[in-house]
Amino acid sequence: MTATKRPDRTRAPRAADRGRPRGPDLGAWFLVLPALLPILVLSVGPLLYGIALAFTDAQSGRTRTTRWVGTLNFQDLLHDALFWDSFRIGVVWAVGVTVPQFLLGLGLALLLNQNLRFRWLARALAIVPWAMPEVVVGIMWRLVYNPDAGILNETLRDLGLGEGHDWLSGLATALPAVILVGVWAGMPQTTVALLAGLQNTPRELHEAAALDGAGSWRRFRAVTWPALRPVALAITALNLIWNFNSFALVYVLTNGGPGGRTRLPMLFAYEEAFRYGQFGYAAAMGCVMVAAVSVLIALSLVRRLKGDQDR
Amino acid sequence: MSVLRTSGPARAGQYLALLAYLVFLAFPFLWLISTAFKPAPELASLHPTWIPKDPTLDNFRQAFGEQPLLRAAANSLVAAVAAALIAVAVATPLAYVTARHRGRLASAATGWVVISQAFPFVLVIIPLFLILKNLHLINSGPGLVLVYVVWSLPFALWMLMGYVRAVPAELEEAAAVDGAGRLRTLVSVTAPLLVPGIVATALFAFVTAWNEFFFALVLLKTPEKQTLPVVLTHFLGAEGVADLGPLAAAAFLATLPSLLVFAVLQRRITGGMLAGAVKS
Repeated sequence: MTATKRPDRTRAPRAADRGRPRGPDLGAWFLVLPALLPILVLSVGPLLYGIALAFTDAQSGRTRTTRWVGTLNFQDLLHDALFWDSFRIGVVWAVGVTVPQFLLGLGLALLLNQNLRFRWLARALAIVPWAMPEVVVGIMWRLVYNPDAGILNETLRDLGLGEGHDWLSGLATALPAVILVGVWAGMPQTTVALLAGLQNTPRELHEAAALDGAGSWRRFRAVTWPALRPVALAITALNLIWNFNSFALVYVLTNGGPGGRTRLPMLFAYEEAFRYGQFGYAAAMGCVMVAAVSVLIALSLVRRLKGDQDR
Repeated sequence: MSVLRTSGPARAGQYLALLAYLVFLAFPFLWLISTAFKPAPELASLHPTWIPKDPTLDNFRQAFGEQPLLRAAANSLVAAVAAALIAVAVATPLAYVTARHRGRLASAATGWVVISQAFPFVLVIIPLFLILKNLHLINSGPGLVLVYVVWSLPFALWMLMGYVRAVPAELEEAAAVDGAGRLRTLVSVTAPLLVPGIVATALFAFVTAWNEFFFALVLLKTPEKQTLPVVLTHFLGAEGVADLGPLAAAAFLATLPSLLVFAVLQRRITGGMLAGAVKS
């Protein structure tokens, strides 16, 4: 640690010191600088640079003659049917993954909060999707979905449910198929977060409510949900954002196909930027995605503030 | 005695739901493992079997022959270890200060953590690509590490702030009253208590970097430099036609390190996430 080099005997906090509000003094800045510098240079800086690029005609290999073009990129985006297609697909995908993630995750969290045998097994297994590289999750499900050698079609054949199907290449089935994978990949994390929230609810409240004759649904409404709500709102907002911005999973599963049916906004922007070299245009897409996500954050914050006022 | 007793049928329903969950979770993963150990003729069969009749390691051998997996794994390992160490070294002091001093810095830090979760990488990667290009750090390990450090900082900071808050400020004040200087307090009272949290955070940063794909895909051009996730996608081929056995074998191997880390750390990671989330 950098701070250890600095002898600091004179600044030993005295009793009188502790009462006053402690702002970041010189020593604190010394501790903070090694983190602030890379954050500013490599995170905040690029972010602002990225927003600025959206107003230029920057292209790969031609960055020196980049010109300021005002809102031209955004005007083009407005009329880019392909982009709005991908935006719509992104919304369907984000909602389609997040809602089941939450509902199933909540059910499972409630289940795992019970005193069941083998629940350790469920918890242990929940690590698998969480720890796996997204690329591997994608590869794994391609093996499952494989039309000939995949286990999904084989199971369906065994159950007498049709002669198999190429799930990831079918125009109608591709998006639902990747959504299922998204749910599989993200559910454990949601479950664990909700489970942790559940375990913060005092058990005595449940018992008191049960003694008062409240059934399990009433206990859920009156005791569990109010305690769980902040965690539930936070994880849902985050899941929506993460899912909307996701890339690797679908890149490996379908690479946006068939016919663009699973082309999420990130896939679209990636192609624009790194296949066609349209940096400025892709940056504008990024800005639109940020704007969409910001609206979402704002909405969830407003709901939260309202919730606080109600209490 | 608890009053929260569950009736027999309800209990049966719960076990049924648990079973369904376990099957849903395990089924793709078991299929991956099964495919990895199947000999070629069995893979080509139109009626796949769950358990390989004649398990073999051929797929693993073939996988290493088809793609430079060892080098890719080494690249991944170096990048992930470097990123984890640097991220923690840089984030720990910041986490300490922001957790202890409530003020503008703390709210700026938390604000940045929240905002950074919302950004689509594409908006950051284009400028980073241009910056790294000017620094001649495209297609280089150090360039990727830089990106990984910055990318894992928000979450590392989040976890570490939770761990710092878990160390009672009274302990530090007691040490001060006993005449220990600020530095002594930090080194001999606070730091030892933070070590488990720092280790957990570093391992978490390691796993995220090990698993990362998008930045590696954009920044690393030549096969010699590429990390494991990028090299794995080469198995898929241009037309999406893949050699299933070696693909499964390589994918299975790529998962093992992060699975191991998570198995050891699961509790700590969720604990860290919570500590960060609940107390802010």
